[in-house]
Amino acid sequence: MSVPPGPVPLLQVDGVTLQYKTEKHLVTATYRVSFDVHRADRFVVLGPSGCGKSTLLKAVGGYMAPTEGSMRLKGAPIRAPGADRVFVFQEFDQLLPWKTVKQNVMFALESSRKMRGKAAEAQAMRYIEKVNLAKFADSYPHTLSGGMKQRVAIARALAMEPDILLMDEPFAALDALTRRKMQDELLALWADTHFTVLFVTHSIPEAVLIGNRILLLSPHPGQVKGELNSSGDDPVDPATGRKLSDRIHEILFADRVEEQEVMPHG
Amino acid sequence: MASTRAAAQPAFGLPPARPEYLREVVGGRDIGVVQAPLTLWQRLANQSWLRKGLVLAVIAAGWETYARHLNNELLVPTFSSTLEAFGSGFASGEIPEKMLNSVTLLLKGYGAGLLLATVFTSLAMMSRLGNDLLDTLTSAFNPLPAIALLPLALIWFGLGDRSIIFVLVHSVLWAVALNTHSGFRSVSNTLRMVGRNYGLRGPRLIAKILIPAAFPSILTGLKIGWAFAWRTLIAAELVFGVSSGKGGLGWYIYEHKNMLDIPAVFAGLFTVILIGLVVENLIFRNIEGATVRRWGMQT
Repeated sequence: MSVPPGPVPLLQVDGVTLQYKTEKHLVTATYRVSFDVHRADRFVVLGPSGCGKSTLLKAVGGYMAPTEGSMRLKGAPIRAPGADRVFVFQEFDQLLPWKTVKQNVMFALESSRKMRGKAAEAQAMRYIEKVNLAKFADSYPHTLSGGMKQRVAIARALAMEPDILLMDEPFAALDALTRRKMQDELLALWADTHFTVLFVTHSIPEAVLIGNRILLLSPHPGQVKGELNSSGDDPVDPATGRKLSDRIHEILFADRVEEQEVMPHG
Repeated sequence: MASTRAAAQPAFGLPPARPEYLREVVGGRDIGVVQAPLTLWQRLANQSWLRKGLVLAVIAAGWETYARHLNNELLVPTFSSTLEAFGSGFASGEIPEKMLNSVTLLLKGYGAGLLLATVFTSLAMMSRLGNDLLDTLTSAFNPLPAIALLPLALIWFGLGDRSIIFVLVHSVLWAVALNTHSGFRSVSNTLRMVGRNYGLRGPRLIAKILIPAAFPSILTGLKIGWAFAWRTLIAAELVFGVSSGKGGLGWYIYEHKNMLDIPAVFAGLFTVILIGLVVENLIFRNIEGATVRRWGMQT
């Protein structure tokens, strides 16, 4: 016990193979994927469509069990959905349309029995203010724009103060300008509270901007191709003389020609 | 500008080169009308009750004219004599009494139907077998007009309220169960996942996520069930409404037809329509306004 074994990861994913059944097939979504997420990480899972990254996130969320391997949060195996891992989905309908913005956030706090009554309301308002929606606290979701809806979803998730935030392409359904703005806002929120987030995306610029650590998955079934560090400003690697995003593109699409996604950035 | 035009003459297949420019935009205050209130006339024309009232007035006027022209009380009484019969029937307490009888019976049947629909839908939500049961039963019984069960009901329950309630249950149950169940099934997976994420499962998930999310379908089921039940009730009363000693509106219509008191028959029909309109436009419309339309789940 002389050498301390480094910081203990918050989330340990070890050799996870995920399979699900469709009407006619058994599909392997990921194959023996391993990675560790540490506290305050902005950990991005990046891969092309169909690499099983969303399935992986669902498994971390506890919605499906791996056929092989293990997943542990703070050392305890993940078995079922729980409020210690809160999801932000891509779809706008993740907000309950029959509840106002404030009620949506309070619903999360009260359903999970984390807080109730006045305490829940105060907590809800605190996080609604953080995403600059205080003026819309009593509005119903259908009166909000797509970007505002996603901000409510983020406020709802952050108000839960979960161990880890699970974001499944949360900005993919937004227009490019709103998306860019939301990315900056997410980073500002992170600078504020240093939450841990596991962020799934298929956009290389988004991964480079959001992540401090990027896991690259191969297409169908997803296997780990590598893990890179990112400082957010897409630096030029001194060893190769190329930008990080170009390197990622090369690693991901080394053996396939794919249409490059155009994303104005920086 | 001649030289500019010459310079803008592009090479074949390329767009012309143009200079860039930037402009200042004027503030909203300088534009003039950005938002102005509508005129009184425009606002009146936007009121649907006013437009519909106008349509009703035109129909009533047409009716009155035709009936006066026909001049045969036995075939088509005038609008005014129908109103008169309605007024005197109301004043004598006959119509309110029949109305009360009909509506009480209806509420009993409607309530029992809803209760059974809840049981069936719960079964269907809980297991695949229950699901199959509901599917089979609805597809078998939904197309069967409730009134067709009346002869059977008569044999099973005899003349009286109980046979009417039986056919009412039949008319409500399948419509409501079908709509509620399909509403539950179409609740988005994302919403279910959100519910489970915050620790909801079983009955709490149903109460807090599934029922509100499926509410537009549930409400449609309730409305269809109501309409079916109302029609079935009046039809059933026409056949044997008086059995229990206190008939309903259907019986009122039938009775006055036998007495060749046609304005009263029209007044009875008028009451049936009136109750239908009140329930649809006051009760269901207000429920919709306070729920699904407020939530933007239905426009």
